[in-house]
Amino acid sequence: MSDFEAKKDLVTLRINGITVQASSGETVLTVARRTGIDIPALCHHPKISSSGACRVCLVEINGVPMTSCTTHAEDKMEVITNSPYIEHLRRDMIDLILSDHPNDCMVCQKTGECELQELAYKYGIRNPIFSGERRIYSKKDGNPFIDRDMEKCILCGRCIKICDEVQGVGAIDFAYKGFDTKVCPPFEKDLNCEFCGQCVMVCPTGALTGKAWIGKGRYWKIQEVDTTCPYCGIGCNITLHISDNRIVRVTSPEDSVVNKGLLCVKGRFGYEFVSSPDRLKTPLIRKDNELHPASWEEALSYAAKRFLEIKETHGPDAIAGLSSARCTTEDNYLFQKFIRVAIGTNNVDHCARL
Amino acid sequence: MTDPTIEIKVCLGTSGKASGGEDVLRAFKKFIQESGIEARVGSRCSYKTVGCRGFCSKDVLVDVIVNDQKTTYQSVKPIMVEKIVTDHILNGNPVPQWTATEDYDSFHDKQYKIVLGPCGEISPDSLDDYLKINGYKAARKAVTKMLPDDVISVVINSGLRGRGGSGFLTGKKWELCRKQPENPHYIICNVGEVNRALAEGNPHAIIEGLLIGGYAIGAEKGYLYIRERYHISVERLRTAIIQAKEKGFLGTNIFGSDFSFDIEFSFGTEAFICGEETALMESIEGKRAMPRPRPPFPAIKGLWGKPTVINNAETFSNIPMIVGKGAEWFSSIGTEKSKGTKVFTLTGKVKNNGLVEIPMGMSLRDIVYGIGGGIEGGKELKAVQVGGPSGGLIPMSMINMGLDYESLSKVGSIVGSGGMVVFDEEDCIVSVARFFLEFLQRESCGKCTPCRVGTKRMLELLTKITEGKGEETDLARLDRLSAIMSVSSLCGLGRTAPNPFITSFNHFKSEYLAHIRDRKCPAGVCKALITFSIIEELCKGCGLCKRKCPTKAITGEVKKPHILDADSCIKCGACYKACKFKAIKKV
Repeated sequence: MSDFEAKKDLVTLRINGITVQASSGETVLTVARRTGIDIPALCHHPKISSSGACRVCLVEINGVPMTSCTTHAEDKMEVITNSPYIEHLRRDMIDLILSDHPNDCMVCQKTGECELQELAYKYGIRNPIFSGERRIYSKKDGNPFIDRDMEKCILCGRCIKICDEVQGVGAIDFAYKGFDTKVCPPFEKDLNCEFCGQCVMVCPTGALTGKAWIGKGRYWKIQEVDTTCPYCGIGCNITLHISDNRIVRVTSPEDSVVNKGLLCVKGRFGYEFVSSPDRLKTPLIRKDNELHPASWEEALSYAAKRFLEIKETHGPDAIAGLSSARCTTEDNYLFQKFIRVAIGTNNVDHCARL
Repeated sequence: MTDPTIEIKVCLGTSGKASGGEDVLRAFKKFIQESGIEARVGSRCSYKTVGCRGFCSKDVLVDVIVNDQKTTYQSVKPIMVEKIVTDHILNGNPVPQWTATEDYDSFHDKQYKIVLGPCGEISPDSLDDYLKINGYKAARKAVTKMLPDDVISVVINSGLRGRGGSGFLTGKKWELCRKQPENPHYIICNVGEVNRALAEGNPHAIIEGLLIGGYAIGAEKGYLYIRERYHISVERLRTAIIQAKEKGFLGTNIFGSDFSFDIEFSFGTEAFICGEETALMESIEGKRAMPRPRPPFPAIKGLWGKPTVINNAETFSNIPMIVGKGAEWFSSIGTEKSKGTKVFTLTGKVKNNGLVEIPMGMSLRDIVYGIGGGIEGGKELKAVQVGGPSGGLIPMSMINMGLDYESLSKVGSIVGSGGMVVFDEEDCIVSVARFFLEFLQRESCGKCTPCRVGTKRMLELLTKITEGKGEETDLARLDRLSAIMSVSSLCGLGRTAPNPFITSFNHFKSEYLAHIRDRKCPAGVCKALITFSIIEELCKGCGLCKRKCPTKAITGEVKKPHILDADSCIKCGACYKACKFKAIKKV
């Protein structure tokens, strides 16, 4: 876009008396947050399209309450995000959500990082004034990865949208109508998807959690270590959550360059091998049909010796190299170079071709 | 002297069919054929199946036309056919005890039928019938002699407003859509519940309206959105489309112009929310019907993200008439800001139930007492719910108000779906509000918090009051909920959902308070708040109540006063209705 066009699209509006500029496609919510004005929102998420479902991000636009996540910034707009009226509406909205929520934060895994809990705290809602019947579901999902507690679901629709719009899977959607509306897989069967866990990542409450990390430690007692996912050559940025020197959960920073916070089933849920007692910790050399632990020095020398022997006796084409997708591109480059130059054969392939 | 002509018209709308209209028609054909009446009269009998003429409570309605002399029979059963044919057709003496009564005339005479006019007169399956009443002339005129902008001007000048909900100016909506540079444009006709009579009685008018609309906004494709279970409507519309295609009224190069237009069905299921235009578009796109945030408005970004116009079948049915007769003709009907007529479904405790079309601005009194013939059993009118479940209750004291968009909005109601339910003194206003909230809660799509949870909480609080457990703080809660929901809900359903409570509380506060403070239901409806007892002095000991009681709560010997055991009484009211001596007291 040329400078001229960019300028043409710029609009000027006022938020809480502060004059701000925005490009015309931006929502009021985005502009406000960029300006440092916080507007709470439970259904909005930067990775998905806005739906305007939770109605918590209401602001006064030219005197009329409107959802800031769905309203585009316009020239001369007058936005108030914190008037007593808006705060009253917002408070009652949280109240209504809490009136249909278990409010069992004491035992909820999400405590401390729950967006609903934050808002309940902010508005000081202990007993909702609109209390009434709550949805009670007995069924728990039998899948191995994702714990779905639909009583805690506030029907914001983030999980549905990220599954559909970002992951392109569409494993879940709304079912039923009215108060009985529920997010579930088709025909209310158990979840049977890729289990990428993107839904768990965006869930604002404890409705979706990883089964692997339930009860493994509170959010604030965990040490976070940034690293790279070892599973494949993409090298996603991950954050290991460590408690008692064990990995209890894996997340990914939302601003990560490589994967933008998204992970696959392996990266997000497949970390238990790290502390597995079955894990191989040293190289093993087979002698007399039995495997014996060896040092790296011993193992590498032995392998080099055998390569040379085979090459001399049977020629280089008697050797083939098969590489792994878990290695980086650089690793794989080096590997084929080694097979082609050091061994002298073109017998080289890669597991990802299978 | 020419031979007499005989024509028999049988109503085969949904209600006509349900009342056995097909059997009646068969009986006429069979009897006339078997007894050789055609030979005896010296003339051929022609039969015509027509759509609904609105007076469904008197179905099956049959017109017998001999030499242009029309006699209408009501509540016709196959068994009556022989006498009608013998007396009337053969001997020229209509059967007076079965002919339509004064009610039938007053029901029709006080209406102003534009869109419903041909319904019940012409055969919906006959294109020729429609062409005889100037059918497709307006479309031909629009497509061959008018520019799209001129068509839009006519519609704007007519003052026609959307007959579905908020009453937006139809022409303005079209104009906004036409201006959008993005292509293609789409046009959608929503055939809702109240539009069924139009689809069943005069489907070609809808098709023609849609065609003119498509031409005006620059759309080549139109959708008919209709519930699949409205079989008769679907079939008649389908037939109409096929007939229009055969004549070249639909398809390519319509009327020899370079305008092409086609219509496709899109079927919905049972969802009230699909009356909301963005939810309807989601449904056409194959998604769950949940409203989209607005703006962007459908005229800018609608179906498949393209500029789209949605109007309902009643709006479209008006179009051929407006284009044909001109904007001035149409705008001469109605009030200053609400032009033309509006179809309402008049139901409830009114004598004459049915579908009525009135000029905008007609008073509620004229509708209920004029067209409707007053309240059943001579009881007192209490209130009228106008605009469907999310409309508002209008009390007896405001019965002289004229109905149009502005006046209804002023009293917290809406034109909405055109529903009109009449309540009398025996209806409990809290129960009425509760009933509507129950419907709205069930039909809430579940997307936004205030509607999904708010309607549930309102329903719970109203239920609590009807169960005699209400507290005065509940009224404050209801009030607060209403205020939140009406400003913060995503779509019209949630925003208007509190209307039944707001309006009923405004006008019948004392009845709410009676439930809460005195634990009494003045209308004697809420079971938890009423008790039945037997007045000893009046009881003759006839034993009728004892026999009617399903729980054996009444005991006693013949000719001696009976006793009602309150613990076993389930308050069904059977004894109250049965007693001929008014010896049962309901408090």
